[in-house]
Amino acid sequence: MAEFWVNMGPQHPMTHGLWNMRVKIDGETITDAEPEIGYLHRGYEKIMEVREFQKNVVLTDRLCYVSSITWSHAYCLACEKIMDVEVPPRGQWIRVIALELQRVASHLMWLAAYGPDLGLLTGLLWALRERELFLDLLQLLTGARMNQNFPRIGGVRNDLPPDFDKYCFKVIKHFREKMSEYERLFQDSKIFLMRTQGVGKISLADAIDWGVTGPNLRACGMDVDLRRLEPYEAYPEVEFEPQVWRGGDGGDSYARFMCRFNELRESCSIIEQAVKKAPSGAYRAKAPRRAEGEGFARTEDSRGEALFYVIGDGDDRPYRVKIRSPVFCTMAATPIMLRGNKMADVVSILGSVDVCVGEMDK
Amino acid sequence: MSGALVSPDLFTLCKVLITGIMKIQSDAILAGAPVGSPVEPLRGVAYFLMEDWFLTLNAWMIAITIMVTWAAAIQLLTLMWMERKFYSRLQDRYGIMISIWSLPFWPFSWWAQRRNKPTHRGLGYLQNVADGVKLLQKENITPANADSAMFHTAPVLIASSTVMIFAALPFSEGFVIANMPMSLLFILAAFSLAPLGILIAGWASNNKYSLIGGMRAAAQLMAYEIPLLLAVIAVLVYAGTLNVIDIVAKQETLLASVGPIPIPNWNVFSIPQFIGFAVFATAMMAEMERIPFDIPEAEAELVEGWLTEYSGMRFGLVFGFKWMRALAGSALVVILYFGGWSGPVFVTLTPSVGGTVVPIPIPPHEVWFLLKVYFLYLVFVWVSWSVPRVRIDQILNIGWKRLIPLALLAILLAASFVALGPALGGIR
Repeated sequence: MAEFWVNMGPQHPMTHGLWNMRVKIDGETITDAEPEIGYLHRGYEKIMEVREFQKNVVLTDRLCYVSSITWSHAYCLACEKIMDVEVPPRGQWIRVIALELQRVASHLMWLAAYGPDLGLLTGLLWALRERELFLDLLQLLTGARMNQNFPRIGGVRNDLPPDFDKYCFKVIKHFREKMSEYERLFQDSKIFLMRTQGVGKISLADAIDWGVTGPNLRACGMDVDLRRLEPYEAYPEVEFEPQVWRGGDGGDSYARFMCRFNELRESCSIIEQAVKKAPSGAYRAKAPRRAEGEGFARTEDSRGEALFYVIGDGDDRPYRVKIRSPVFCTMAATPIMLRGNKMADVVSILGSVDVCVGEMDK
Repeated sequence: MSGALVSPDLFTLCKVLITGIMKIQSDAILAGAPVGSPVEPLRGVAYFLMEDWFLTLNAWMIAITIMVTWAAAIQLLTLMWMERKFYSRLQDRYGIMISIWSLPFWPFSWWAQRRNKPTHRGLGYLQNVADGVKLLQKENITPANADSAMFHTAPVLIASSTVMIFAALPFSEGFVIANMPMSLLFILAAFSLAPLGILIAGWASNNKYSLIGGMRAAAQLMAYEIPLLLAVIAVLVYAGTLNVIDIVAKQETLLASVGPIPIPNWNVFSIPQFIGFAVFATAMMAEMERIPFDIPEAEAELVEGWLTEYSGMRFGLVFGFKWMRALAGSALVVILYFGGWSGPVFVTLTPSVGGTVVPIPIPPHEVWFLLKVYFLYLVFVWVSWSVPRVRIDQILNIGWKRLIPLALLAILLAASFVALGPALGGIR
């Protein structure tokens, strides 16, 4: 059969959002691939220049609809550096709780989407079932299931609700039981291993060259976790193990799956520690309206390294905002992962890198 | 002891029925048009109605109608309902819950409101009917550059070849339209016609996804059809016949008794046939296009595969007939390996109808057969909703490197056990 291009998107069951992956196939084998993005470009960096610092939190929430808090937190962190605001300890711990809850919810959304990518619809409903519990916790904490608008420059919006620790422990205890169920559904399945092991490989050097970060880079065997390397908030006091693929010869879909999957467990233990360790006191510091200077913050988002670079010129709005989206960089490396694989693997490879078009197109 | 409700066979029953009906009409005409009256020529009609070839023709048509209604309307809807309900429970949700009280018009809505009935908390059996009605209302779209004739032929080919299976597929020793000497061969031949329709549909749609889906169906056919037939050959070595009813009759004997529990001589209880059963069931999953092997319509990457361009009831036809193929596939596994409709008959009622004693076995063979088919089908559903989909090259590997050698091993064992059985102490 002659080679021809197939559009996997923009309206296609594979796409996790509005984008297009063009693949050139020779029979079933992919010879070339070309991501086409920009369908969801909303001009975030420009819009943020005309809004006040504090009001931009609402916007940054909407960068990624499954991982809102991590994004608005990165923005707040950058602004705090311009304004020289010190977040009170309790605020820092509440942020850690909220971030990790959001990370679990985001990873569960990824797990849910990864099931149908492989043809396993049961995985979708099981993962979404447990995600509901974490969304309930987030709702208890912030009042919303989605686009929570929770972090503030100088702290968080509100204190922990009463008995929050009890609810957390209950949910996490239940979730740990369900994790073993997922393991039986995913890792213990021979067909799952056939579909993921050795598929979508990217070497460590390529991954670094193309700017792949987060769980996708850790899956290549490199121990990078900004929560460890460049700790922010209360992370230095938290005991956790960055999930790195140690099996050697990583970088495939299976390694990426395992890194993310094990991060679910790590995040749960971080939440438990944070709920126990959160000191009493103020949860929010007063932040000035105007700021001058440059603020730079990078955090470990659910999908990789989220970076905010904010410049203030003494006005109450940022002069310039630069967002580095981890998915945007990872997307550039996907043709390397795709080439030489079969057409059915387009979906499972892109599912394993966890695409979020909202933040990719900004 | 005959345990089937439909006995001796469907055609004979239909013949008796139609003869009775025609006799009443014929007698009425003869009584209404006595000799010498102005309407005397009508007596010719009365004699025509009782002609044997006319009765036979009618009896065949009624038998075929009964079988198609039974298989296409009742069993199809039941299997769809069972699958949807079963995998919903597997996924921790209720699944379809439409009931008769959900109908939005009188008297159902009125009655539901009056009795405070929960309108959407029923068993959900009517949901598939509602889906069918919805599909009937939709427009049939032919893509602009599609090969129109082929595009419209493919669903007909798929649906008709699927219905053709039921010409020879028995539900009990009597509940069958055509009991031909080589019915197994006919069933398998009709089964393997559908991938041709899929290939035509994929080509004619003029759509890249459809084309890839159709080509995948053709490639996949090679991988599962050969082990399927090889596994059947192992059964034939034991049974010595291609007639499905005789194959079941061979399995009705007693193998052994564990205390009071008699173990029937089912094919699955022998070493070579168990291997054959594993091969046959795996290949049948591919034949049915169930999830680990549903790569021609892999909805993750190919939208809906070869079905992508079909809309309206044409889509419903090819999509719904998957369940009829699933029914036929499960039935075939039960016939070949699980003793078909044989099962204990506990009581036989013998009521007298018009002077003749009619034996009614409880439970009849049809019920045993359906119970086995449903159970097996649920196992298929269970498997297919718990595993991911395999890739096209992987199914080729599974087919050629695993299933075919296993099927050949089954044939070898079966042949040597039949040839040397007495010398090896009756091993089977």
